[in-house]
Amino acid sequence: MTGGDIWSVLLVLAPTLGALVALQGGGWAIRIGLALGAAVSALGSVALWVSVAQEGVLRYALGGWGAPLGIELRIDGFSVAMLAMTALVGGAVSLYSTGYFRDLLPQSSDEVPHGERGARYFAPLWLLLWGALNGVYLSGDLFNLYVTLEVMGLAAAAVVTLAVTSEATVAGMRYLMVSLVGSMLFLLGVALLYANYGVLALESLQAAGPSGGLPVLALALMTVGLAAKTALFPLHGWLPSAHAVAPAPGSAILSALVVKGSFYIVVRLWVDLYGGGSRGGVVFLGVMGGAAVLWGSLMCLRQVSLKRLIAYSTVAQLGYLFVMFPLLFPAGGVANTDAWAGGIYHALSHAVAKSAMFLAAGSMTVAVAKDAIPAISGTAHRLPMSFLAFGLGGLGLAGIPPSGGFIAKWLLLRSAVETGQWLWAVLLAVGGLLTVAYVLMVLRYALERTEPSEGFQPVPRRMEWAALGLALISVLLGTRAVEVIALIQLGGPGG
Amino acid sequence: MTALGLYTFAGAGLFALGFWAVAVRAHLVWKVFAINIMGSGVFLILLSTPARGDPAQADPVPQAMVLTGIVVAVAATAVALGMALRVVARTGRPFLPEEGDLETRE
Repeated sequence: MTGGDIWSVLLVLAPTLGALVALQGGGWAIRIGLALGAAVSALGSVALWVSVAQEGVLRYALGGWGAPLGIELRIDGFSVAMLAMTALVGGAVSLYSTGYFRDLLPQSSDEVPHGERGARYFAPLWLLLWGALNGVYLSGDLFNLYVTLEVMGLAAAAVVTLAVTSEATVAGMRYLMVSLVGSMLFLLGVALLYANYGVLALESLQAAGPSGGLPVLALALMTVGLAAKTALFPLHGWLPSAHAVAPAPGSAILSALVVKGSFYIVVRLWVDLYGGGSRGGVVFLGVMGGAAVLWGSLMCLRQVSLKRLIAYSTVAQLGYLFVMFPLLFPAGGVANTDAWAGGIYHALSHAVAKSAMFLAAGSMTVAVAKDAIPAISGTAHRLPMSFLAFGLGGLGLAGIPPSGGFIAKWLLLRSAVETGQWLWAVLLAVGGLLTVAYVLMVLRYALERTEPSEGFQPVPRRMEWAALGLALISVLLGTRAVEVIALIQLGGPGG
Repeated sequence: MTALGLYTFAGAGLFALGFWAVAVRAHLVWKVFAINIMGSGVFLILLSTPARGDPAQADPVPQAMVLTGIVVAVAATAVALGMALRVVARTGRPFLPEEGDLETRE
């Protein structure tokens, strides 16, 4: 048992424990819980990064019970990249949330008034979600993935309803229904695979090389279920409302991290288990992703609400993740490593950029107490740091060098050229232009020089710092491309 | 048809029935029930898998999975019913309104 093993257990245990601490109420309990989750996640990601870099893929049988009867954790470069992304974004969001709910944080564990439910329950729910996300990235078998996925879905739906409005309640309920049906489809697929092969561990299934009628049906069922949870076009209907009505730190988590959890499982299935499935399958995923890029971006341009615009942008950016599949598995060829690095890099850089944008938008809407895009006119002069964070996050999203988005799109473009799939290159370019268009649309309003409107609320400094920190990282993520790509390739296809 | 085959088909039938109901029934409690029926279908299929070794002997792994699955389903049902109550409290109706419907009711 090496150090990495202990950290992998702590990564699930500490946030969950933190949730229990935070649930005790009181501002200090919440701060201690968040600090515990953030500190262990950060240290654990670094420790696992070091272990994976030295020893390659890590396996750890919980309680000494290995597969097929016990639960085995499996950690490769992709897992560590996702864990590190969650730790980074999660730490910043945790800091931001203590500022966002500052005036509402309960001083004691006594009952808090109805309207302050967000302040009281955001931290426990988010920490549970954090533990579940870490669990997803560490899981080495399908059933454990199901359980962690379900914990994630329940906590995420509850985060949506923290704002006590009819809109939030309905959006949260709709999200929960989609999420539960998606889990059931996933579980049915797991049952079919078990019926066929008698194993659940990802590596044993990979060795079995699933093919034929029942396993392909299982893949289809699981993919549809997970696509609904990832809001892949045309199953994205629930996302814009759900992500827009949550409190700002909740929106950041949902858009940046939660959808990546189910995407991660899609990748594990298609890349690891089925080795690309069939060419028709990956092209279908790519076409849906392409449609999401175009539809989501066009819908962004039509939005009046700032947070809905950012939420639709998530629909569009998630599309790129699925465009990765046809590039990764070209017709009759071997897996394209550029597409793999580019797709995963995009998942990471989108998480950082999108959370920066949602946090900055949260600061701006808190300041003007409105969510309409025209209402934020002039905020650039009064909240320059938040404006900068939103702008830099937007540039990272659009793929302006040296941002992480630039590296991701460049790798995807290169793989499109390498595999001779030119249409995808055109799509990537058009998507990038549309992204620039909707980011500039918001910045134009914010830059307007208007008289200070009444009721302009100052926001706590740490909110602005958290958003700006993430935005700077998203822009500078491209400068550490070599290290990040090396990590993503560890244990990946063709690596 | 063997008894196990019967379970498998019954499970698939239950799953399809639940999926159909969750899609067409508007009442939230019906939807929650329907999701539970989908779950029961999966559990039945899991219990009918004699995949490991001797078919005369029960395989403990699916049973463990079903037990865990039931625990998860109970928790999910509790959350869903609690949120359904919240929807009734906020909108006065146990249905999910269409997008854009809400403004007219407030």
